[in-house]
Amino acid sequence: MDKLILYFQYPFVRYALIVGVLIALCSSLLGVTLVLKRFSFIGDGLSHVAFGAMAVATVLNITNNMLFILPVTIVCAILLLRTGQNTKIKGDAAIAMISVGALAIGYLLMNIFSTGPNLSGDVCSTLFGSTSILTLTKAQVILCCILSVLVVTLFVIFYHKIFSVTFDETFAKATGIKTDAYNLLIAVITAIIIVLAMNLVGSLLISALVIFPALSAMRIFKTFFCVTICSVVLSVICAVIGILSSILAGTPVGSTIVAIDIVAFLISSFIGKVSGGNAQ
Amino acid sequence: MAQITCQNLAIGYDGRSILRNINFSVNEGDYLCIIGENGTGKSTLMRTLLRLQQPVSGMIQYGDGLKNNEIGYLPQQTMIQKDFPSSVREIILSGCQNRLGLRPFYSRKEKKHADQIMEKLKITELEHRCYRELSGGQQQRVLLARALCATDKILLLDEPVSGLDPIVTKEMYRLIKRINRDDKITVIMISHDIRAAIEYSSHIMHVGETMFYGTTEEYESRWLI
Repeated sequence: MDKLILYFQYPFVRYALIVGVLIALCSSLLGVTLVLKRFSFIGDGLSHVAFGAMAVATVLNITNNMLFILPVTIVCAILLLRTGQNTKIKGDAAIAMISVGALAIGYLLMNIFSTGPNLSGDVCSTLFGSTSILTLTKAQVILCCILSVLVVTLFVIFYHKIFSVTFDETFAKATGIKTDAYNLLIAVITAIIIVLAMNLVGSLLISALVIFPALSAMRIFKTFFCVTICSVVLSVICAVIGILSSILAGTPVGSTIVAIDIVAFLISSFIGKVSGGNAQ
Repeated sequence: MAQITCQNLAIGYDGRSILRNINFSVNEGDYLCIIGENGTGKSTLMRTLLRLQQPVSGMIQYGDGLKNNEIGYLPQQTMIQKDFPSSVREIILSGCQNRLGLRPFYSRKEKKHADQIMEKLKITELEHRCYRELSGGQQQRVLLARALCATDKILLLDEPVSGLDPIVTKEMYRLIKRINRDDKITVIMISHDIRAAIEYSSHIMHVGETMFYGTTEEYESRWLI
């Protein structure tokens, strides 16, 4: 406990906790929709795109690389979520293609135009987010807060629309809902969350933040509303526990949070089994 | 004026038509059954009527001020819905979505409307149940209730009884007939079941190699001698 109090005197630890909680909250909000829409892998795909974009930004010496990564990721998210309809390359193949493509190009660029002395260290921390969350500047924290508020507001306002687009897109479209616009919205929000989450868990582990809380919540609850709320609560709790224990034990932040998420999933599965899924 | 009129309509995908020379009109209160073999384009026709896809040629006119957000639709079940965590109420309310316009949340009016429809279809006691745990017949009722929330003019049903047992099937047919008769809601239904089509519908359209459109009596006298 003393150790925690000591650590909390450093602003970067507080920043890490704030950003971690916000990201966990946002990613789990959209996770339910993405899992149900069978887009679980979109997080993985987009995060690799974000990694590629980051490499390009580094090579081009763009100082505020967020301004470059975010638009690129949003464009890819729109392209990927559109593939659900009528395209030559089907959804999962498109995601796989873009994700490994971006990963390879990103690593290649970083190698050719190597900037730092410790290349593999740089790559490793981008992929697994080992330290970057502890090096956040105040500006980044504020940006993260603004984007989180934006994501949560959009989600609340369009909650019912997102539900109908997720449950039955054909019906929604046939009865006059602008499904394309809402799919676009989902794609943009997803991209924002992914780029935010790169700081926290690194680009390889983002999928875990998106899907685990949603899957855990679905084991226990049976209405869309309860599942959404439960997944947010679970995700925030896991993030807090994960960040604190990683500080205390000196483990990498991202993988610790994911490990806690896995434990939460196992516990939820157990609760779901025991209660026979009777919780409302 | 007719609610829906099709003139020389051809439907299909990517500019290739799979069904041509479709001519028919549906008036308020009609009960039209579309029958035909699998793969003849029944569902494509319905998707075109719903404006989910463009006609290849010809035209569809919507009369009586029928707007896109005044159509109720009962689609076939999708894979996603089989494990979707959602209560019956959430699903039925989502049918009121097209009445909201720019408002983000349901008002008391929409909730009351949904309550009345649940009452009418006798599914009020299922309100808080989880959709994926209902029987096939109950699920279809829920989806029918959602479709009714979206409209008070016209219902389009895509094989509403597929996968249901004979007793539930009969109940479903009677329910749809009652909605058609009592509430004057036009029904357009895709069906495999010619016998039921003759029993309940007022008009029949047969799609396939030989096309037919006319009243049920005409169909009977021409095809079933």
